[in-house]
Amino acid sequence: MPQVANIAVSILFDGLAYAMFLFITSVGLSVTMGLMGFVNLAHGAFAMAGGYVVVTLTRSFGVEFIPSLVVASVVVGAVSVVFERWLYRRLYKSTDLEQVLLTIGLAFMAIATATYFYGPIPKSVPLPGWLQGDVNLGFRYFPSYRAFLIVLGTALIAVLWYVFERTNIGAKIRAAVDNRRMAESVGINVDRLFTLTFAIGSGLAALGGGLAIQLFGLSPSFAVLYLVLFLIVVAVGGLGSLKGTLLAALVLGVFDTAGKYLLADAGGFFVYAVTVAVLLIKPAGFYGRE
Amino acid sequence: MAASDIITTTSRGQARERTAEYLVGRHRFRPAEALPWLIAIAVFFIFPERMTFGSQVLVMAMFALSLDLILGYAGIVTLGHAAFFGVGAYTVGLAAARLQWAEPISGLFAAAITAGLVGFITGWFLLRYRGLTLLMLTLATAIMLQETGNLRSDISGGYDGLPGLAFKPLLGIFDYDLYGRAYYLYVLAVLAVVFYFVRRIVYSPFGQALTGIRENVRRMHAIGSPVHRRLVTVYTIAAAIAGVAGALFTQTNAYVTLTVFDFDNSAKVMVMLILGGTGRLYGAFIGATVYMVLEDYFSKLSPTFWQFGIGLVLVLAVLFARRGVLGLFESVGKYVAERKRS
Amino acid sequence: MTAALQVERLNRAFGALPVARHINLSLERGARRALIGPNGAGKTTLVNLITGVLKPQSGRVLLNGEDITGLSQTERARRGLARTFQINQLFRGLSVLENIGMSISERDGHAENLWRAVGTRREILDEALDHLESLRLVDDALKLVRELPYGRQRLVEIAIALAQKPRVLLLDEPAAGVPSSESHLILDVVAALNPDIAVLIIEHDMDIVFRFAKEITVLVQGAVFTQGTPEEIMNNEQVRAVYLGQEGHRGGRRHGGGHG
Repeated sequence: MPQVANIAVSILFDGLAYAMFLFITSVGLSVTMGLMGFVNLAHGAFAMAGGYVVVTLTRSFGVEFIPSLVVASVVVGAVSVVFERWLYRRLYKSTDLEQVLLTIGLAFMAIATATYFYGPIPKSVPLPGWLQGDVNLGFRYFPSYRAFLIVLGTALIAVLWYVFERTNIGAKIRAAVDNRRMAESVGINVDRLFTLTFAIGSGLAALGGGLAIQLFGLSPSFAVLYLVLFLIVVAVGGLGSLKGTLLAALVLGVFDTAGKYLLADAGGFFVYAVTVAVLLIKPAGFYGRE
Repeated sequence: MAASDIITTTSRGQARERTAEYLVGRHRFRPAEALPWLIAIAVFFIFPERMTFGSQVLVMAMFALSLDLILGYAGIVTLGHAAFFGVGAYTVGLAAARLQWAEPISGLFAAAITAGLVGFITGWFLLRYRGLTLLMLTLATAIMLQETGNLRSDISGGYDGLPGLAFKPLLGIFDYDLYGRAYYLYVLAVLAVVFYFVRRIVYSPFGQALTGIRENVRRMHAIGSPVHRRLVTVYTIAAAIAGVAGALFTQTNAYVTLTVFDFDNSAKVMVMLILGGTGRLYGAFIGATVYMVLEDYFSKLSPTFWQFGIGLVLVLAVLFARRGVLGLFESVGKYVAERKRS
Repeated sequence: MTAALQVERLNRAFGALPVARHINLSLERGARRALIGPNGAGKTTLVNLITGVLKPQSGRVLLNGEDITGLSQTERARRGLARTFQINQLFRGLSVLENIGMSISERDGHAENLWRAVGTRREILDEALDHLESLRLVDDALKLVRELPYGRQRLVEIAIALAQKPRVLLLDEPAAGVPSSESHLILDVVAALNPDIAVLIIEHDMDIVFRFAKEITVLVQGAVFTQGTPEEIMNNEQVRAVYLGQEGHRGGRRHGGGHG
């Protein structure tokens, strides 16, 4: 392949894989923020927790990678319900600032706990053979792991889309995001809906965290470093919108990858420039409600 | 006019007078306000070997004070206040390292003007937004400034820091000695001046308007208040003050790196302010002191323990002590007053 | 003579739902006009259109002959247009005196001052106290608004609007939510309003309407149904039909309806 095209394809491919990671981890945050208006800065900590569960399972208990991902998602999802019921619930009517502070506090505690048990050095996970190396897609070789990410991401998008658009639960969620009071008045139990959505969102975040280990390595600071990115994806995509999160993840994922490929040091700049540009024009994000 | 009419008129007049007196006297300096300054001066004599640390505490107090203007009084929640601290820090740093301009006091003015300008421009655009959008925009601004510095790390020194910073003696006389004693008083003096201005603003009609914007912005629009203009004004002032704090940071450390722009810095100053109590002027002092002292002690013991502790304190503060230390004092004071009355 | 407030062919829809249809309204100086209509008629929407909270899709709003359709809420308020809200919009954490003072400071530009302390301008203090006196709120001057009973809070809501020294005053259900024991306070204030101010009052309470209004506009489904003097309206069969199931002259108090 000619050089330029080769680079372009690499950028698109890596960008797509990165976008899948962003989407999987951020979609839960978008829906819960859109549903309850709750600013959850501990979301990154849930992702980090998922990652560390995977690390423990694979390294200390010899569980395979894929099953570990599943277990991590379920465990973190379940634990998140405890947080939601006992802690978050009290602050639904509070100011943005209070929610920000509480969840930052939780994130700090989570990071400190992770540092205590796992140390600050980045961890990796052992991958099964078929996820290592490259896969031949006909015209070119691509890293297998990233290809896996793209496939998994697409499958999840399809499932989420189906649930959102074609099932009863999905309709209820969309209704509650659109107008909570109206939804409550037609008998939708928004509280329970929220707990469910929060659990799934946190579970997906944990999945994203587990998937990220191979991409970026996992250290306790993951919880805050990548939080910024998740928040940006959510803000740019629009709260409560599946489509928006996906679009934002794609745009930001590809832009960031392109930036890093083409401009090495300056690369990080682009994500934020795009964010500011989008938010200035559409403050509620691509598909957000004013 | 009957006697009862005179009495009614007089007692009505008295009520007016009492009300007027209360309002007029509210802004006068109270004796208790001398306390923080006396403590700061006492520290100079009691802990002469901790002056460098003391200066950092004062710098943070100034930084927290600037945040209180926009967060505590105007109600603007931002995640990027470190941007202005960083602009001030680098104005002084770059002036000294690249332009050989190392006079401290003029450096402060330059930092204030530059940071204020950045605050004015960003504020003018960003303060039209609220909530998550504003949080993200302010955060992105700080990060972009940081990335710009990273882009030209040849100029900025990047994350390793600007090399070779040295400042001229204060007023031509006082040099930065090993223990930074003269500089401690310098920072304290600047803090006193800045505080005086902030106090005046807070008790002025403008400051009252900020409180109005925070309490009920709908009402402010309806009575004809130019809300956006007010917010941009206070944002600019707060940015300038944060810039001065940053400048003092560089001067007292003779060192500056891009980490001044970190989200960590923005979060830290917010935590300090919340701990001390927002919208109460002195909350910034209490919060900064408590935070820095605890951090100094605990992070030497174990940084992990410190991080966990501060996280826990935050969670507990939001749940039980929303209005910070000063808020707790107020509650206790009210409780005691109630008991005395009954 | 130029009308104090003129609304010309105002139109506004939310999506497919028209909330203001070709509304024409005129308030002379010193007018005392009541705006009535069933729930959902668009009364508050009209006030929002007049004050600038909402922008119309077509039509004009003129204040003392000046076209203010393109102006912001703030600019309209500065030109002498004041309103109260159906649900109190007060500075609950501040004292009554400060609430009024806020309004006065904004009006006379004192709020631009970053230097002199609040309370050092004696004229503002006196004016605020005068307002409080005329509303019999002086004893509550230093109390925090949130400590007051709802009826007195409602008075503060009106006081803030009056402190703007408006030429046109829009009162949105001033008696809404006020317990019957305290509603006479509101009534007295409304009755004693400065005769120069043009007043438009939205009300469901027909007692207040018939005591206060010299003219009545009836709004139904976003359009002006009919206008006239209180006698004409009271005797209008169609108006009674529109209010089917509700008494024409109500003795009790009703809390403000939803989208009035």
